[in-house]
Amino acid sequence: MPTKVEKDSITGRETTGHQWDGLKELNTPLPKWWLYVFYACIAFAIVWAIIYPSIPMTGARGLSGWTARGAIGPELEAERQSREPMLAKLRAATPAQIAADPAMRAYALAGGRIAFANNCAGCHGSGGQGAAGGFPSLADDDWLYGGSFEAIHGTIAHGVRNGADADARGIAMPRFLADGLLTAPQVNDVAEHLLGFTGRATDAAAAERGAAVFAENCASCHGEKGEGNREMGAPRLNDQVWLYGGDKASILRSVGYARAGVMPDWAGKLDPAIINMLTVYVHALGGGE
Amino acid sequence: MAVAGYADPAAGPVPERDFEMVEAPIRAFAIATVFWGVVGFLVGVTIASELAWPLLNLDLEWTTFGRLRPVHTSAVIFAFGGNALICTSLYVVQKTCRARLFGGEDMGWFLFWGYQFFIVTAALGYVLGVTQGKEYAEPEWYVDLFLTVVWVAYLIAFGGTILRRQEPHIYVANWFYLAFIITIAMLHLVNNAALPVGGGSGQSYIVWSGVQDAMIQWWYGHNAVGFFLTAGFLGMMYYFIPKQAERPVYSYRLSIVHFWTLIFLYIWAGPHHLHYTALPDWAQTLGMVFSIVLWMPSWGGMINGLMTLSGAWDKLRTNPALRFSVTAVGFYGMSTFEGPVMSIKAVNSLSHYTDWTIGHVHSGAMGWVGFITFGAMYYLFPKLWRKSALYSEKLVSWHFWLATLGIVFYITAMWVSGIMQGLMWRSYDELGFLQYSFVETVAAMHPYYVIRMFGGLLYLSGALIMVYNLWKTVRSEALAEQAYAAQPGFAPAAAE
Repeated sequence: MPTKVEKDSITGRETTGHQWDGLKELNTPLPKWWLYVFYACIAFAIVWAIIYPSIPMTGARGLSGWTARGAIGPELEAERQSREPMLAKLRAATPAQIAADPAMRAYALAGGRIAFANNCAGCHGSGGQGAAGGFPSLADDDWLYGGSFEAIHGTIAHGVRNGADADARGIAMPRFLADGLLTAPQVNDVAEHLLGFTGRATDAAAAERGAAVFAENCASCHGEKGEGNREMGAPRLNDQVWLYGGDKASILRSVGYARAGVMPDWAGKLDPAIINMLTVYVHALGGGE
Repeated sequence: MAVAGYADPAAGPVPERDFEMVEAPIRAFAIATVFWGVVGFLVGVTIASELAWPLLNLDLEWTTFGRLRPVHTSAVIFAFGGNALICTSLYVVQKTCRARLFGGEDMGWFLFWGYQFFIVTAALGYVLGVTQGKEYAEPEWYVDLFLTVVWVAYLIAFGGTILRRQEPHIYVANWFYLAFIITIAMLHLVNNAALPVGGGSGQSYIVWSGVQDAMIQWWYGHNAVGFFLTAGFLGMMYYFIPKQAERPVYSYRLSIVHFWTLIFLYIWAGPHHLHYTALPDWAQTLGMVFSIVLWMPSWGGMINGLMTLSGAWDKLRTNPALRFSVTAVGFYGMSTFEGPVMSIKAVNSLSHYTDWTIGHVHSGAMGWVGFITFGAMYYLFPKLWRKSALYSEKLVSWHFWLATLGIVFYITAMWVSGIMQGLMWRSYDELGFLQYSFVETVAAMHPYYVIRMFGGLLYLSGALIMVYNLWKTVRSEALAEQAYAAQPGFAPAAAE
């Protein structure tokens, strides 16, 4: 197509004379402000690249001498130094001593709150209220392994049945039905007996038979009256607090196949001061002894 | 150069010659664009709902957020955006070169079915958990190899058509389309270099490792934005806005300068995705300054798009499809300003890893990519199906306002939620402890997740209205156009 420069009647600009499928272009110069801002950006880029590290593979630092590592190092060190005196005290003290000292206690509760929220709340709930499916409440006085400072500290530090820490809490409950230790009717009888602790048995004869099975198989850990045993971590069975559900179906499953909740050993993962703070915090949630 | 029909500018005028446009595959691409658009938006609304109400993932591995998220991103970028780009580029290159598509109808159909097959195999892989875990490059090696074949064919078809052109010059839209096709080929090959595990496994090891892998991934990721979602769609803008406005392009010189600066600068900006990581400081500095210099080249496209309307602004009142195209350019200008701002390290230290980034990418994707495509589709459907007009301009208006409102809900929710999230992450109490735990920041974002989902729902509703409108347009007997087919240089396509 022959090129033919035309004058656009609206803008007064000339076209370039090219045409494609009826489309034309005006020969408008670059907008001045656009060009100058573009130059300014280039100037900024050059200046910035001189001040900050910008030369590949040389380790050259730029005029300011700034490096990311150099900038963050002192900041972290200053932060560490400002915390260190208190953290050192918290490491040296026992949780009970921390709780007795107002300054340490206030610091431990503040630090324990956020440490709990970031490490523990995922399972135990943001207020330590626990969750269905084996995550115990930490805000009541029903403790599996004890609610004293020492007991709480031990549980946090070593965890439960994690296979990583030799001092971890918890032993394995037998799988009474799955491993053939009891027959299905016996498991049913025991379940009725357990329901009977809180007056919920529906089959008195079965509960009666279950009492004998319970005495023989369960009482050694859970206690003759189902009062539980913190040495073993055997939960109390004669109250309405149930880790895995207190309805009959859940109880049948717990007796027949056993449950074995796990918890990490935090001793190697968190600073001892933080474990102490967590202990004080959890103790203060409502059930501390 | 001995290519049939090639016009040597020095040789003077070339006699006009009729050519038969390849159209049927383009019609198929147009339908695929709309279809995948709806799929992509629907999956987007689904995963937005999952973020607000996690139970909606149905507790099935195939419908978890982690697997559906790449389905969403690939569906909107590669399926919706990709079909739109191939559709319009094959149309524009033939129109503006006055040349039949190189490879003809068969090439068109190979591209069409090849590209759809790529989309489906990629999406199946995501849902089944077969992924190489690189963002926007999730498909495994066998899908990558297949796409390479289709893409090279696309380059041959597009480039071959340009070589056959009957015009002395190459139209600006084609520069952008060509830059998009070539660069995507390069990015795809380098970023996906992988060694299959072997033994019939679909899995592979990427050959890059460590921070080099991260750098190459974001060199790819950033230029998927730069060349797929920007350069390609600028090509679309350069054809459809002047066509709809019936005005000449504002400035030829600006188009040249902003084209070359954009092409040169975009490719270096990737490291801003890796601020404050193990990436060496010098690479972070360069990523930031190149992003800032990129601001004006990006805005060159906006200026050329908007100023092309000078003398035709009144058409915005009467042509709602043009309103889509022009609003798209507005969103383009906004997100290409926001991008350089977010690349500044001090800003990035707040915005990085937050929903702000999600908001930014969606103002670009929904506002720019989506709207420029809707504008082009409203123009193309009547043209491709020989109709005198759209079924309903009023429904286009409805689509426009629903979608615009949807975007506003979406991006404002993400700005607020993202900035709040960034501020919560960095707040300390007076003793030096974190003020908020991670889960508290998640809880605080819940209302904004609901608003975001609602915005997406509006956007999806608008798209469904478009589907209805285009369907009625295509099926309408009353709108059938006679004269169009008789125009010179445009022989009617064979049986439809």
